[in-house]
Amino acid sequence: MSDSKKRTGLIFFPAFDWAISPTHPEREERLLYTQDQVFEEGLLDLDNIIEFKPGLATTEDINRIHICVPDAHSVITQSHLISAGGAITAAEKVMQKEVDNAFALVRPPGHHAMRIVHGARGFCNINIEAIMVEYIRHKYGHKRIAIVDTDCHHGDGSQDIFWHDPDTLFISIHQDGRTLYPGSGFSDEFGGPNALGYTINVPLPPNTSDEGFLFTLDNLILPILDEFKPDLIINSAGQDNHYSDPITNMSFSAQGYALLNDRLSPDIAVLEGGYSIESALPYVNVGIILAMAGIDYSHVTEPDYDPEATKQTPQTSRYIEQQVAAIYDLWKGRTSRRADLLLKGKEYLHRDRSIFYDTDMISEHQAETVRICDECGGLITIASEASTGNRIFAIIVPGRGCPACRKRGEDIFGSTGKGLYDYIYFQDRDRDIFLVK
Amino acid sequence: MIIGIDVGGTHTDAVLLDTLRIKKRAKVLTDQKNLIESLTAVTEKIFIGEDPGDIERVVLSTTISTNAIVQGKTDRVGMILAGGPGLPPEMLRIGKDTHFISGYVNHRGIRVAGTDSGEVADIAGIFERENIGHVGIVGKFSTRNPGLETEIGDIMGGRFRHVSFGHLMSGNLNFPRRIATTYLNAATWETYSTFVKNVMDYVGRMRITAPVYILKADGGTSGINQSVGYPVGSILSGPAASIMGILSLTHSREDAIALDIGGTTTDIAIFADGVPLLEPLGMTIGGHKTLIRGLLTRSIGVGGDSRVGYEDGRITIGPERDGPAAAFGGPSPTPTDAMILLGLTDIGDREKALKAIQEVAGYLNRSLDEAAQEVFGLTCRKIISAVREMLGEVNDKPVYTVHEILKGKKITPTIVYIVGGPAGPMAPYIEKMMDVPSCVPEHSEVANAIGAALARTTTEVTLLADTEKGEATIAEEGIQTAIPRGFGHQDAMEMCMKTLRNRALKMGASEDDLDMEIIEDQVFNMVRGMGYATGKNIRIKAQVKPGLIAGFGQEGSDVRQ
Ligand SMILES: [Zn+2]
Ligand SMILES: [Zn+2]
Repeated sequence: MSDSKKRTGLIFFPAFDWAISPTHPEREERLLYTQDQVFEEGLLDLDNIIEFKPGLATTEDINRIHICVPDAHSVITQSHLISAGGAITAAEKVMQKEVDNAFALVRPPGHHAMRIVHGARGFCNINIEAIMVEYIRHKYGHKRIAIVDTDCHHGDGSQDIFWHDPDTLFISIHQDGRTLYPGSGFSDEFGGPNALGYTINVPLPPNTSDEGFLFTLDNLILPILDEFKPDLIINSAGQDNHYSDPITNMSFSAQGYALLNDRLSPDIAVLEGGYSIESALPYVNVGIILAMAGIDYSHVTEPDYDPEATKQTPQTSRYIEQQVAAIYDLWKGRTSRRADLLLKGKEYLHRDRSIFYDTDMISEHQAETVRICDECGGLITIASEASTGNRIFAIIVPGRGCPACRKRGEDIFGSTGKGLYDYIYFQDRDRDIFLVK
Repeated sequence: MIIGIDVGGTHTDAVLLDTLRIKKRAKVLTDQKNLIESLTAVTEKIFIGEDPGDIERVVLSTTISTNAIVQGKTDRVGMILAGGPGLPPEMLRIGKDTHFISGYVNHRGIRVAGTDSGEVADIAGIFERENIGHVGIVGKFSTRNPGLETEIGDIMGGRFRHVSFGHLMSGNLNFPRRIATTYLNAATWETYSTFVKNVMDYVGRMRITAPVYILKADGGTSGINQSVGYPVGSILSGPAASIMGILSLTHSREDAIALDIGGTTTDIAIFADGVPLLEPLGMTIGGHKTLIRGLLTRSIGVGGDSRVGYEDGRITIGPERDGPAAAFGGPSPTPTDAMILLGLTDIGDREKALKAIQEVAGYLNRSLDEAAQEVFGLTCRKIISAVREMLGEVNDKPVYTVHEILKGKKITPTIVYIVGGPAGPMAPYIEKMMDVPSCVPEHSEVANAIGAALARTTTEVTLLADTEKGEATIAEEGIQTAIPRGFGHQDAMEMCMKTLRNRALKMGASEDDLDMEIIEDQVFNMVRGMGYATGKNIRIKAQVKPGLIAGFGQEGSDVRQ
């Protein structure tokens, strides 16, 4: 491990009075034993670990990234404003250089929340990392940002939000979608036409252990990050890859999580999932905090940890090695792949999608169109219809949007009549404009 | 009648209170080498002509343990730590006689690895060979399961002068602080118990039969005999005496700031609705962060005798003190000299003050009056900025529920109480600059002794009931007991309050002073696997609040001369 101490900000918000339902995994008790362990270890007394109170995110912060139907207030609770606010506070402390890095140990989580929000999916209503990312750009100017999502579930919400954004590298490592919710995140999901290669998915087989995760980190994620040269690295720090997690099938350990954070060295980590609240979270979180702070974490192990019992099979190792090599090739060839795609000479690219909100039992159909553009992420329009009965149309001018895409977006917003739609939204990130008609 | 004695760093003060009146007061210089001498000297002064039978209560605030720690005159302590996974052992070591053992308890209070009695016996053997008579035994999460610590204690046997147990120090979680607290407790035990014995011998000779109390850092008292096992409780009781004194002289009921402006330092405290705030986890002493319950105070190096220094064309105030103010023969200009020159006070030698401030005026290239204004103004501003910073920290303290974040109770002081030498001259300025009315209570010179005299017995208990495990613990009392499956929130509240009450009475509280309150109250459903409710995790902390003994806490019961 690195032996230089860092000043680490900790934003701890366990939301002890908020649950999806009393026995839901996302319930009051979730961070209780983590709090106990963090307090008992005395981490907050260490000179280089500083606790900050989370701020409250605002509707503007949400509207910069999401299209909430019909509006932000109808899809969130105060608790979401605090967890998004906690992520923003973490970013603020890092950007203001009050600390070297920061960990938002907050709930509820957010990485399954997509751009359009009709309700909650995968325990998530709004995407707290994405809100934080756009907050950083809004306040501190444009930044190249890499998000490494280490939750066991594919970060499909973050993928959706940054799909067309070439300035946000989104890498998700997760349990193979054929064996786990949400069933997506295959390596051929590789980014939109204007951001091809800037979404990277690494599905790992069930029972992948420390060895497999760290191999992927060292041989794929770190080399890609070296080439992308982000201004900021964010870890979507889900903890459900743990061998004791009740809703997944992986074999990652507290030591593994600590090593991963030590080597990845994220500027900001944001808690996502993790539901082994008693056997895993207390140790995993202490490991991550110590690793971020540059303090010896080698004594952080789960009482029942048995490296032999959790060891991945040689077949798994081989499979991961092949997978990693193939994905790295894909990344290396991203420019020529885009050229092939554009040969077709289209001005717009269209995709139709069905999205299911498992938490709120809503189904949605989306027709998304993106303008092919060499200058920016491309103008996006989305027509969305949900089983709630809501039909909406959204026009999104991307961050660092070019004049042509912006002009086109403004024209469409001006000329589209409400007609079949209940609401029409216009979102322009650079100018921080959010209009609804 | 009540006797209150405050053994301070410089002076030892005593007051004799007759119902609501100060009947007598006395002051002697403190002899740091022989505190009991100072104590008897000051007591004799106020005791002349009094009937020992009229004394109802004696309360002492002493620096005995504080001095031992700050001066490094403590005993060698053998420490046994049962840590389990977490921070590296090297970060937990305290002194060279620290030993780590393999047994440990997890966050649920479940014993993951048991005690290896051979391992413990070996360590006990080392302690014996090294002539270590004082031992501290501390386990991680021992507040959740004191059993491991007591078992280690049993194996150690009765071979040592004293054994301090971590779980008895506090119910709060924080292993490194528990280690430091237990260490300091064991390290000061001998000094403190000798002191208590000397006090009791003296009290016996004086034929006083009234109960004797010791003031603690949390502004409450404990019966002196009951305090022997917990000497660290009396550490840093000096600021507590002064804060309780202000409370007894003003009957504050509001959000307030209390300032004790001394020669070298200014101590700041905060009241919320008239109750002094406590340190969230515990006091810091001699570089050790501890779990010792104590009033929240901040001390800054600015006082009447602070040295005026020079830096880059500007002046600085403190934190050094070179001696008394120039007006009293000191070597450097001080805020006191500025106040004399500005006509705010008429103490000392004005000529000497003038000479000192002339030096400042020369450096600043300003008039004498301007220089004095600058020194005085900067002194007030430094104090006020420290007050604001402290308020900011208190109001920004993280909370962990949506409700608390949205409710966001902030402390907004409506009055500033000021005691200490420069209190009179500074009050009008501080009041104006802070835009909050000020109050300089009468008799503030003996506020400390009065505060000690009138402080009630305080304590706290921390209950954790885990109905899945079928067990409840109250660490401070060493309670670990089986509970039925149906044990609920109400049962937990009752158990907690009953234990608090008994503990307070045992410590010498009177029935009239049991102002008890719940300070933490959380109930969690424990759910395992896929949504199967297995029990409840109930956490309650209750305290007897810091305050004044009955008859002194009400409106209109001012202490009078
Ligand atoms: Zn997850
Ligand atoms: Zn464009």
